[in-house]
Amino acid sequence: MSGGHSAYVPKSGFGKWMDARLPLARLVYDSFVAYPVPRNLNNWYTFGAILSLMLIIQLITGIVLAMHYTPESTMAFASVEKIMRDVNYGWLLRYMHANGASFFFIAVYIHIFRGFYYGSYKNPREVLWILGVIIFILMMATGFMGYVLPWGQMSFWGATVITGFFTAIPIVGDSIHTLLLGGFAVDNPTLNRFFSLHYLLPFMIIGVVILHVWALHVTGQTNPTGVEVKSEQDTVPFTPYATMKDLLAMIVFMLVLAYFIFYMPNFLGHPDNYIEAQPLVTPAHIVPEWYYLPFYAILRAITFDIGIPFTDIVLINSKLGGVIAMFGSLLIFFVVPWLDTSKVRSAAYRPLFKQFFWIFVIVCVGLGWLGSKPAEGIYTTMSQIFTFWYFFHFIVILPVLGLVEKPKPIPASITEAVLAKTGNGDTSNANN
Amino acid sequence: MSAIDTSEPTRRDILYIATGAAGAVGVAFVAWPFIHQMNPDASTLALSTTEVDIASLEPGQSVVVKWRGKPVFIRNRTEKEIEEAKSTPIAELKDKAARNANLKDSAAEATDANRAVEGKENILLMVGVCTHLGCIPLGQQGDFGGWFCPCHGSHYDTAGRIRKGPAPENLLVPNYEFISDSVVKIG
Ligand code: HEM
Ligand code: FES
Repeated sequence: MSGGHSAYVPKSGFGKWMDARLPLARLVYDSFVAYPVPRNLNNWYTFGAILSLMLIIQLITGIVLAMHYTPESTMAFASVEKIMRDVNYGWLLRYMHANGASFFFIAVYIHIFRGFYYGSYKNPREVLWILGVIIFILMMATGFMGYVLPWGQMSFWGATVITGFFTAIPIVGDSIHTLLLGGFAVDNPTLNRFFSLHYLLPFMIIGVVILHVWALHVTGQTNPTGVEVKSEQDTVPFTPYATMKDLLAMIVFMLVLAYFIFYMPNFLGHPDNYIEAQPLVTPAHIVPEWYYLPFYAILRAITFDIGIPFTDIVLINSKLGGVIAMFGSLLIFFVVPWLDTSKVRSAAYRPLFKQFFWIFVIVCVGLGWLGSKPAEGIYTTMSQIFTFWYFFHFIVILPVLGLVEKPKPIPASITEAVLAKTGNGDTSNANN
Repeated sequence: MSAIDTSEPTRRDILYIATGAAGAVGVAFVAWPFIHQMNPDASTLALSTTEVDIASLEPGQSVVVKWRGKPVFIRNRTEKEIEEAKSTPIAELKDKAARNANLKDSAAEATDANRAVEGKENILLMVGVCTHLGCIPLGQQGDFGGWFCPCHGSHYDTAGRIRKGPAPENLLVPNYEFISDSVVKIG
């Protein structure tokens, strides 16, 4: 839908000169000014822009924090305290970065669930979706390594538990574990390399984001009806319509972020991380950052060995099973485009899927809550039920629904759907 | 790839393959230093033995010492604890292997005797790292009166054997020897 042709006409002499040599202005004009977007996009579609802004905020605050931070195990904690107390506006920069990471994840989760609801991953957007999943995984790795840097108790023990995943791998697990840590336990070498990688990964994210946006501009956006754009009537130009809408959403999102930064900067963090790392004392409850909690609950739900029934033979012990389930719960995103067999994109026209979507949302939030609870008694049982449903949703419900569900009638075009709602064809109304 | 279209391999095909193979080997050789630099360095490896004097350790007391950056639990067990560990049938254990680096037979069963060294059965010495994901279990807690790992709820008994929870193996007994009546050398 972006069409083969370009609408850019250089005006100035310099513009023409440049256009014949490096058509950068043409690229920007075609991608962010003239680029046609569906006229019926709602606010759930603004989170891509919000995510781009969050990435930039993390980069800028991170680079200035790195000017004051010391990646050495005896000095790291003190250097973060120095940032908080002595560095001019250091408290602000650190709170922006720490809360920024949380809000980055809020935005990405909304963005991903938008995709689930509107079937954004379906043909022809599979590659676009896969690139998004790669970005999400890179973000998780970046956030994890960043959280290790302040070298508090949760940093240290979070790093211990998460790198411990690798010891679950049969035969080579222990060697990989030692290789990752640079020692036999989390220590200075680990901190050093995590700092190096925490600096590197965001730049890799930028690379994948560029591919993600490129893929987006090849296929065009979906929209709440799930019907592809059929004529120019169905679209409005990116500028000013989408630009302004995105800008407003960014401002609202930034206001909420600012409220956290200024009034409750430690609400999303864990108080134990203000205790310096103690390699011989494990805190009573190790909890990761909130955005990992659902995956953490899945990890802990596998408390049983999987083996051949009625024998003592264990095929997958509980530890390996937990790690497989946890990584599996993430990797399964990659194949969602092929698990969902329905031809209809948007949940708006899929009455059954819509209900299962909301059940799935509740299951994910529930897993997040369970991940913050101690791993015992009723919590473990509930985690097991929720984990079961999580996988059941992907592996059984998505494929089966596509075959048995009777979708509602689908509008012939975006314009038809909009007109049915507002009763007139005036495009000035189209963007809300 | 060859310029002349014949089914026979030409001199040029051989040259291409040989060059490609030499290049791949070269890349592998260059890659190795970049991977191996991540492994423990010489100073980390140098810390691989530790000596501890446990003369003052009374029954019912434990110490935690650091060995290779990891905690090692040394516990002088009470009669009751030893009795409990001895009376547990092997069939009830989740991990039936002794996990004792001092035993020649790596398939030895996890009897209480096999978890300690001969003549010093009251002393239990093991790496204090949960075999699940590496937290440090808390002593004299949990359902079996041994160790309890709070991270994901693993219970170990008074011989450090896993009894309940997600951890797959008994706490590891490292190589150690008594170099005098009260001094133990770990590693
Ligand atoms: C994808 C973007 C990024 C995410 C999600 C992220 C996440 C985090 C998190 C969660 C922390 C721990 C905050 C705390 O509790 O104190 C952190 C710390 C840190 N990050 Fe980042 N970060 C990102 C990008 C960057 C970049 C580009 C740099 C540049 C070098 C950077 C440098 C630092 C430094 C120096 C710290 C330690 C100081 C501190 O703890 O506040 N980060 N990061
Ligand atoms: S690390 Fe001990 S139970 Fe998970």
